[in-house]
Amino acid sequence: MSRRTETVVSGGLRLALHTLAGGEGRPLLILHGLGERSPDARPAWTDGWPGPVLALDFTGHGESEVPVGGGYMPESLMADVDVVLTTKGPCTVVGRGLGAWVALLVTGARPELVHGAVLADGSGIAGGGPQPPSPYVQVLPVGDGTTPDPYALLELSRDVRPPDYALDFVRFAIEGSPLESPIVVSARNRPDWVAAVAAEIDVLDLPLTEAIALFATL
Amino acid sequence: MEGQIETRSYPGARPPDRAGRVDSSGIGLAVNEWGQPDAPMLALVHGGFDFSRTFDVFAPMLADAGWRVVAWDARGHGDSDRARYYSWAANVRDHLAAITTLADGPIPIIGHSKGGGEILDMLDGHPSVARAFVNLDGLPSLFSAPDVNDRERRRMRRADLTATLDRSARRHELRRRPDTIDGLASRRAPMNPRLPREWLEYLVTVGARRDADGWRWKIDPFLHLGGFGPWRSSWSMEHLAALDLPFLGVLSGVTDDPMGWKSRAQDVIPYLPPGGRLEFLDEVGHFLHVEQPRMIADMVLEFLEPYR
Repeated sequence: MSRRTETVVSGGLRLALHTLAGGEGRPLLILHGLGERSPDARPAWTDGWPGPVLALDFTGHGESEVPVGGGYMPESLMADVDVVLTTKGPCTVVGRGLGAWVALLVTGARPELVHGAVLADGSGIAGGGPQPPSPYVQVLPVGDGTTPDPYALLELSRDVRPPDYALDFVRFAIEGSPLESPIVVSARNRPDWVAAVAAEIDVLDLPLTEAIALFATL
Repeated sequence: MEGQIETRSYPGARPPDRAGRVDSSGIGLAVNEWGQPDAPMLALVHGGFDFSRTFDVFAPMLADAGWRVVAWDARGHGDSDRARYYSWAANVRDHLAAITTLADGPIPIIGHSKGGGEILDMLDGHPSVARAFVNLDGLPSLFSAPDVNDRERRRMRRADLTATLDRSARRHELRRRPDTIDGLASRRAPMNPRLPREWLEYLVTVGARRDADGWRWKIDPFLHLGGFGPWRSSWSMEHLAALDLPFLGVLSGVTDDPMGWKSRAQDVIPYLPPGGRLEFLDEVGHFLHVEQPRMIADMVLEFLEPYR
């Protein structure tokens, strides 16, 4: 099918939610990486998914709206995903790069609405690292609304991702999810937070297609 | 009261001599100024849930000593624009935009509470914008800082996450509750239990808006105390150690002030920059410049005199 796009509203901003494949059952929701946009067609690695395949453009990315004045935090992007979960019901979430970090956060925050999260390789997976990077304060000119928003690129590549902070979200996910192992790490790049999550006893470590196939059966 | 203007006065409080706006990447920041326009400039930076008019007593004392005092409202606070996103990093950037717009060169900067913490971070990236830095009870230690949104928690609570997401989903419905001057002052009092009642009532008249159904604080209703996010006090304190300019830190020693940062001298001294000075005031609460404006102004003026 050709991609179909609808608008969802998060905090007054319009976000683009794309349907890449139709079908019955629980949707698979794809979260893109930093500076990326949703794919135009269903990726081959989703072929094992029997239900609808959705993809969200984060705030400031793709066809979604750009806020004035930046101020991005990954925690804020959780609200983007939350709107989709509220609209579409429980989803299995696959996050690439930055999307993997947001997928982990939202799985911890809404474990009853995220029926499995796959953390995959992609742009922006490391963020700013486990400690604040060297100071860099930059005032950018007012943008023209094109994406990706330069402030998104600046701020979401510098946010700090401590492993112990990530593990709080793993704990919330496991405590609140109906699944025994709601998080699968597929990423081969393992910055500190990914390595810490993957080392947790209730977190699975599987290639991307196998992770998709696993959650398709649950 | 329809048709009448309700006002309050407070001893020593003086409205700004001038007002204006500066731009930070499309966010308009409201600026207030006290003192002669050609006097040497210094900047005052307010803390979380405050606004520039909370300097209405302190700023005139500095202005009367020969300074041009500038202060701006943070995004979403006072008369500044509301934003889609609020973050520590965005506030730091807004401060840089305001300072570089208003000042021709390095100036002394005084930051209170969260404003002091943000300036500390800004100066690590842009030390050349300041000639001296005074931090008023905005030096975080292992204790919590209640007005820091990106708040450190040893064990984060999931309830905080869901509450924040729920607030975000209802954002378009959020409104500040209208009240009388007396009512708003009463509601602020638990945050400022050491400040005089007449000061709180005065603050309502300069920090709230009079609507048909009552007074409302101007602050964006989306903003709230607490929150979540990876923030560690040590990250700020490392910026303190990195400073290479004249520094005065003033800590409140009152441990039961609800908005206080509760840092102790021994938490800060290891991070003091070379030549840095720290004052620890046992009997003065977190809002030092409101509670003891004359004493704090004299201390600051004496410290800043060489940097005019």
